[in-house]
Amino acid sequence: MSVTLVIDQAEKQFDIYPALRGVSFTVEPGELMALLGPSGSGKTTLLRAIAGLEQLDHGRVLFDDVDTRRLSLRERRIGFVFQSYALFKNMNVFENIAFGLRARPRAKRPAEADIRRRVGDLLDLVQLAGLEKRFPAQLSGGQRQRVALARALAIEPSVLLLDEPFGALDAKVRKDLRSWLRELHGRTGHTTVFVTHDQEEALELADRVAILNLGAIEQIGSPDAVYDQPESAFVCEFLGETNKLPVHIAGGQAFFEDMPVFRSNGQNHLGPASLYVRPQHIKLVDNGPLSLQGVVAHIRRNGAIRRLEVAVKGYARRLELDLASAVAPAVGERVAMKITAGHIF
Amino acid sequence: MSDASARLSAPVPRYADRMREGFAVRALLILLALAFLVLFLFLPLVSVFAEAFKRGFDAYLAAFDDPDAMAAIRLTLIVAAIAVPFNVVVGIAAAWAIAKFDFKGKNLLTSLIDLPFSVSPVIAGLIYVLLFGAQGYFGTWLKAHDIEIIFAVPGIVLATVFVTFPFVARELIPHLQALGKDDEEAALTLGASGWRTFFKITLPNVKWSLLYGVLLCNARAMGEFGAVSVVSGRIRGLTTTIPTQIEILYNEYNGVAAFALASLLAALALITLVLKTFLEWRYADSIAASRHS
Repeated sequence: MSVTLVIDQAEKQFDIYPALRGVSFTVEPGELMALLGPSGSGKTTLLRAIAGLEQLDHGRVLFDDVDTRRLSLRERRIGFVFQSYALFKNMNVFENIAFGLRARPRAKRPAEADIRRRVGDLLDLVQLAGLEKRFPAQLSGGQRQRVALARALAIEPSVLLLDEPFGALDAKVRKDLRSWLRELHGRTGHTTVFVTHDQEEALELADRVAILNLGAIEQIGSPDAVYDQPESAFVCEFLGETNKLPVHIAGGQAFFEDMPVFRSNGQNHLGPASLYVRPQHIKLVDNGPLSLQGVVAHIRRNGAIRRLEVAVKGYARRLELDLASAVAPAVGERVAMKITAGHIF
Repeated sequence: MSDASARLSAPVPRYADRMREGFAVRALLILLALAFLVLFLFLPLVSVFAEAFKRGFDAYLAAFDDPDAMAAIRLTLIVAAIAVPFNVVVGIAAAWAIAKFDFKGKNLLTSLIDLPFSVSPVIAGLIYVLLFGAQGYFGTWLKAHDIEIIFAVPGIVLATVFVTFPFVARELIPHLQALGKDDEEAALTLGASGWRTFFKITLPNVKWSLLYGVLLCNARAMGEFGAVSVVSGRIRGLTTTIPTQIEILYNEYNGVAAFALASLLAALALITLVLKTFLEWRYADSIAASRHS
């Protein structure tokens, strides 16, 4: 039932700006793929193009080997969950979920008993049994979201597409639904693509993450790969927190304020560059080679860890680092720091 | 010290003054609005019925015994029965196109829909005379094929359609725009046909706006005078509608008959108003829900 989804050189131009610039990638059968990017990066346009709600100027979308341009919306069998859910206000939960089954051409329409059974199964699946008589206006945000999902699943979609699935929910419900969706995907195994601007959501939920910027793919890979081995400055800055140090590269070393601070092994740069360092990759050391001097300006608690803000000469902002040990330096104290990992672009 | 206390005590009387002024202004405005309503709406309405029943109930009923009056009522009903459904269909189509699609010339189409409101109905009537009249552009061709439009029922229908066209579309456009395309797109991805999407999703979503539009459109279709007066030629018993028949009767100093017919139109206006209010009151929740989100 699951299909391979191939996007081949997708291009789309809106009035003045390009929304998609030669996007290509493949989603394996049963894979859960996240399209992550800031607003205006083209991620929703791409999702709508896969669904067939938007026409591409160039390029193809393939379901297995079938070019979807030859298919009508009905033939594509897309399970699309809208950001607004787009539940039918004049129908109750049962009729909303049954809509896709009742809309089939007469010859393929299941019998009433089959529809009832199928909708019942889906209500169990999304844990809404007993609410079938309710109208959308009488449901909570999380319940509406699950009705929208059940409605999309009812047509046994070849591909499941979700546009900002948790965008309209509050933080607590969001977290619950996230793990629930992950589990549901494990059980149903649809090839799934979802759009989000929330990196935490993308990294936690997806098998692979495609990071979009200005209509092009910056990087595509597993959550670990995109987080630990960013391939561009954009990905570095977009994912997680990072310090950006202006450095000068020479002889395999990065110099900050004419002092060597990091060994740039294997990264072939010369001249001025930026060194990206995550807060957890700076540690406090006694003075030594490749160390960086600074004065502690502020300490704040960030959940389980403590975050140090250190003023460093020659750096306009403050260097942020996560404190590994329980012993914290005092504000105003001079410290030496060593960079354990970083990326140069 | 004295300076400070003066500053503290000063606002109190000023505040009270402002309240008194506010009350006076409010009362004045309410009185003004009331006076206007009584003078320009309520008194005329009452006087219509007063004039109609001036010579008693029998005289009132006798006015309807006249075959010309009955013909006028019948023609009015026929014209409305054609013009209103036509404008509902075309109005829905135009509103749908404007609200759901992006295309070149959309703004032009939107302002064209309003055109009948800004053009004097008399001009609208004259345009049809110019096009289809005996001396008009298509006049010779129409005469050769024995088709009568001007001074006949088709002309009256055309003029009424033109004048009442904006009502349905104007009610629907903002509502459809506010609703967005998500519901329709959802239905389409679920495999519904265009017709099914329209009848099961779009139409239920906008039914109250549509009903308002139809009520207003109908009231105007039955009440239209200017354009109909020009194209109909006012042939008694043949091409007079209620409004034109009223004018003929009035010009003949037949006050009771004129106002008896006028009372029908006034009653129609009242019924429209009551229906609209009733719908708003009875279905306020579902109307709000359908306009919301």
